[in-house]
Amino acid sequence: MSNSNESTMIEKILAAHADKDKVAPGDLVNARVDLALGNDITAPVAIREFMRFGLDKVFDPDKIVLVPDHFTPNKDIASAEQAVALRSFAKQYAIKNYFEVGRMGIEHALLPEQGLVWPEMLIIGADSHTCTYGALGAFSTGVGSTDLAAAMAIGEAWFKVPPTMRFEYEGKLPPYVGGKDLILYTIGHIGVDGARYRAMEFVGSAVDNLSMDGRLTMANMAVEAGGKCGYIQPDEITFEYLKGRLAGDYTAVYSDRDASYEKIYKFDVSDLEPQIAFPSSPDNVRPVSEASGIDIQQVVIGSCTNGRIEDLRLAASVIKNKRVHPEVRLLIIPATQDIYLQAMEEGLLKTFIEAEAVVSTPTCGPCLGGHMGILARGEKALATTNRNFVGRMGHPESEVYLCNPAVAAASAVTGTIVDPKEVI
Amino acid sequence: MIFEGKVWLFGDNIDTDAIIAARYLSTYDPAELAEHLMEDIKPDFAGLVSSGDIIVAGNNFGCGSSREHAPLAIKGAGVSCVIARSFARIFFRNAINIGLPILECPDDLSHLQSGEDRLQVNLDEGLITHLQTGDFYKSAPFPPFMQEIISRGGLVEYVMLRIENER
Repeated sequence: MSNSNESTMIEKILAAHADKDKVAPGDLVNARVDLALGNDITAPVAIREFMRFGLDKVFDPDKIVLVPDHFTPNKDIASAEQAVALRSFAKQYAIKNYFEVGRMGIEHALLPEQGLVWPEMLIIGADSHTCTYGALGAFSTGVGSTDLAAAMAIGEAWFKVPPTMRFEYEGKLPPYVGGKDLILYTIGHIGVDGARYRAMEFVGSAVDNLSMDGRLTMANMAVEAGGKCGYIQPDEITFEYLKGRLAGDYTAVYSDRDASYEKIYKFDVSDLEPQIAFPSSPDNVRPVSEASGIDIQQVVIGSCTNGRIEDLRLAASVIKNKRVHPEVRLLIIPATQDIYLQAMEEGLLKTFIEAEAVVSTPTCGPCLGGHMGILARGEKALATTNRNFVGRMGHPESEVYLCNPAVAAASAVTGTIVDPKEVI
Repeated sequence: MIFEGKVWLFGDNIDTDAIIAARYLSTYDPAELAEHLMEDIKPDFAGLVSSGDIIVAGNNFGCGSSREHAPLAIKGAGVSCVIARSFARIFFRNAINIGLPILECPDDLSHLQSGEDRLQVNLDEGLITHLQTGDFYKSAPFPPFMQEIISRGGLVEYVMLRIENER
């Protein structure tokens, strides 16, 4: 560890929010929270805990976001009751960023799209994939319901400043290889606890050339390596994405040239194949060439990882004028209403429906085995989602393979896992 | 605080979907959740585990989803303490925040006999003693700040005190 005054982006954001000049890995800090997020599974528990404080107001109603996205549209009576808890709380405490069905989307696609996230923010969410917003130069991390309850009351949370690992990706990515493949490859390389408690900084020419959607995918899965957050420092692509979405100004912060990293990984990704995570762990990763021929019964394209417009465009470009294999169900889930509308206007939904896919309203649904595509015993699914743990999408004896949207679309046509270049 | 209980052994990377599957997340009642504890990886576990028992696991226990339902289910089953070589960070926070005792013990405890061996855990000293053999293991101490949350019974109690002081 150097004794210079140089810091990483994450250290700067944490220091600023804890009113300190500088923080170092291992420091425990109490920091101000700019945004606190909950969903229909985690927020009801947070609300129950918040009520114990006996407060008649939250710390700042404009800094709380509630999104009923997991079991919605309500899958059963019990989940409908949980949605009521969220709705009533939002009304009682005047929380304007409550997104009702019809306006909602999958939270981690919705918040950036709605201009609620910008560089240098400190965001916590009672959802593990809250790490997604690192793609926009924020410090954001998943917490539990009780942390959310405390943040709603006092606007603060405690953090241990994480050591930072730097991941450098050099080279021009081949066709049909993107952010999902970079992050799967990384998780496969370091393991599901390879970045436990660490910040993951993603840099290099391959990252510089990734679109915002691809970057959001990368940061989204930092938690699958155990990471506290994953982030990409703001650049022109970030500023372009934020243009028109934000009302106010923001300051971008960057890692100093001499910042200290616990470890630096360098990957040449110019020959990277599409990556597949085999059951039942996101680090059980192999190139698609080693997965070809595995038969599948369901394909899911969606989720906070890969349900954005670019993902749908990619999938549509692969499946256009083709048909889903007769023994496969293809589920397309645009992550937000805006993405849904955009996909409709661009003709993508027509392409999917003509290919005999199902197009669903936004929901986390099948990703976590909630509803809208549950697997039976012995079934195999290929999904653009983020986890393939035992029983994740249904029966404990079903299996999930993870991949990018192009592989998913191509494989839905062939009925077996396939490299998209073999289908085009 | 001192606990004594039977050991239930689990491996590395036990994820929160394994601890409590998403299909049971339409409740957050600890007793209801406890009926499905570890169901997808050890279907008979809810029937076997009894009050005071101790879960002993490998690395990265509680990885995956942020669901606080996972430590709630463990607490609801009456498990007195979870000992692991390491914890995933959100599970770690959640356990501290809801007052579920956890210990991080660097020693390999995978030789213990699941469902047979009994341990005594002294939480304040971080000392784990095998009741049949007398072997003992030391766990890493929590920083004082976390000890305070634990001693108050959880984060809500800790924050409540601050709110009352500011009134």
